[in-house]
Amino acid sequence: MATASLKSHKFRTEREAGWKRLELLLLRIENRSLKSLSDEDMIALPGLYRATLSALSVARATSLDQDVVAYLESLTARAYFVIYGNQSSIFERINIFFKTGWPLAVQSLKRETLASLIITVLGVLIAYGLVHNNPDWYFSFVPEGLAGDRNPVATAEQLKETLYHQGEHNGLMTFATFLFSHNSRIAIFAFALGFAFAIPSVALILYNGCILGAFIALFASKGLGFEVGGWLIIHGTTEIYAIILAGASGIKIGWTVAFPGKHNRMDAAAKAGKETATVLGGVVVMLFIAGLLEGVGRQLITTDWVRYSIGLSSLALWLTYFYMPRAAHDLNSEDWEQEAHKEVRS
Amino acid sequence: MSQTRKQPKPPTYLKKAYNFDKNIRSMVTPEGFDLRLRLAKVGTRFWAFIVDFIIIVAVILTLIFFLFWLLPASVGAAKEIIISIAILVLFFLRNFYFMFFEMQPKAATLGKRLMKIRVADRRGGHLTAGAIFARNAMREIEFFLPLGMVFSSGNDVGGWMALLAFVWSMIFLLFPLFNKDRLRVGDLIAGTWVIQAPRNRLSKDLSAAKTNHEPFTFSNEQIDAYGVKELHVLENILRTDDPKIINKVTKRIIKKIKWDEPSNYIDVHKIQRKFLSAYYAALRGKLEMELLFGVRRKDKFDKAKSKK
Repeated sequence: MATASLKSHKFRTEREAGWKRLELLLLRIENRSLKSLSDEDMIALPGLYRATLSALSVARATSLDQDVVAYLESLTARAYFVIYGNQSSIFERINIFFKTGWPLAVQSLKRETLASLIITVLGVLIAYGLVHNNPDWYFSFVPEGLAGDRNPVATAEQLKETLYHQGEHNGLMTFATFLFSHNSRIAIFAFALGFAFAIPSVALILYNGCILGAFIALFASKGLGFEVGGWLIIHGTTEIYAIILAGASGIKIGWTVAFPGKHNRMDAAAKAGKETATVLGGVVVMLFIAGLLEGVGRQLITTDWVRYSIGLSSLALWLTYFYMPRAAHDLNSEDWEQEAHKEVRS
Repeated sequence: MSQTRKQPKPPTYLKKAYNFDKNIRSMVTPEGFDLRLRLAKVGTRFWAFIVDFIIIVAVILTLIFFLFWLLPASVGAAKEIIISIAILVLFFLRNFYFMFFEMQPKAATLGKRLMKIRVADRRGGHLTAGAIFARNAMREIEFFLPLGMVFSSGNDVGGWMALLAFVWSMIFLLFPLFNKDRLRVGDLIAGTWVIQAPRNRLSKDLSAAKTNHEPFTFSNEQIDAYGVKELHVLENILRTDDPKIINKVTKRIIKKIKWDEPSNYIDVHKIQRKFLSAYYAALRGKLEMELLFGVRRKDKFDKAKSKK
């Protein structure tokens, strides 16, 4: 018997206005922002959301109208992401990142950073030792393109020339940006390859250390140890620090994948990935600064002690920024909300 | 009921009848409500990526075009700044295009928006900036590294390198096909997944289209001919409203339910539609009534439950 109006139809007509209003509000939030809502709408939003949730659970159980169920499912999912999702704009996120997110993420990687530093130093020592005893090793570490005129056959004068004079001062900006994008790729590799139990990341930072060691050995053998120090340190404290941090995040991911502890492997990997990605974001910023220091600063500043003081003071700045103790309430707000969310659910 | 402890796997025709979707994942909100999100299909994600990739390439090509147009005219410092900016734009475009769009509240790149999918946290929490950074940094080794290897292999590296790049990229590109949540390696590391985010519109309720001034009334036996699966098929047919199909289906139903009143006048599309709408309303009313009593008649073969 066809009835004039089905129960499910009555159910729908009684609630339709609320759904439509929620849909309208969602559209406004998605296209503009949460702030575009009036106070009245803002107060209505959670109520509308909950009413729609309960309507969906009734509809799933009693309505055979696919259209209504599909509509409500998409509406509730959208509302969920608007209400519980992240509404901070990209600029707010950047602000949080510099204020707390980045330094806290670096702090949480202390052990891995130390390991990464030791591996780099190891690479420097190995390469230094080998090149010092037999200069032929130099080419095993330093690729042709990077070496240029700086090779063991060159005289001390020629080498000295490369430290202070880079031809024309033209093209500095280009050089700096090239260095930045090149180094950033290396850093991203060190991070991304970490999931293979950190082996590629370790190899990458070890090799990076080796290049450094080979360079120092070459110049030291011609009595230019102090000078090459200035040449490297002006940007090196920032750049090598950044690469060490990238390596540390790779190690962290690899280690977590290998030994997930009390979480299951997938969850542990995801957690490590999220934490270290923040560090990696910062690494890109550091490499940008390093690129400027290397591409522009080093070419214009040719006095050793100025180079040293710039390098060392930037190191001091980084260390203070990262490891300066921060009050508990300064914690990354994203993490706080995440924790609160978990508590509600469990 | 103790004998129904272990539920048998539903046969294929039932899977379809129930909208039984292996892509559905339960996601419980803080209110304790299961949202039943649907994972995005691999094909959909592929096309979304293609769209994004085309956008990136198009911007790069436009940039190169402008460079060639600007460079000959400029000298010295200006030239340098242009090249530097170009390098930066290329870097940021490749690495931050995805991140920038996924960090917005919509959590979807332009390609994803077009395909109506979005990124979400696998545990239902906030999609943090870190997660987005992680899942997109992995793209560098999943896609851009092998791409670079393929391009460089032409000049100085041999065919072996190209083969290695091919195998490498295949492992990463096909990775989503070999896990049930369709995760990329980037999703794995970031704790994210990609879900469908359709914006369905609420259409008219078919049962309410006409009131009971229609000349069609059905007996209980006639209504009992079909179940939920057929009801849903009928709903789709009515919404699509294709005269040919409506004609075919009307004839089938008339035969099936042994419509005993003179049926020759049901031959115009408009009347056929009316007939089907009336039958739809009657069938839905009956099945929903049964549903309230806890009986869900899956399809026309599900006789046992329709008998009280």
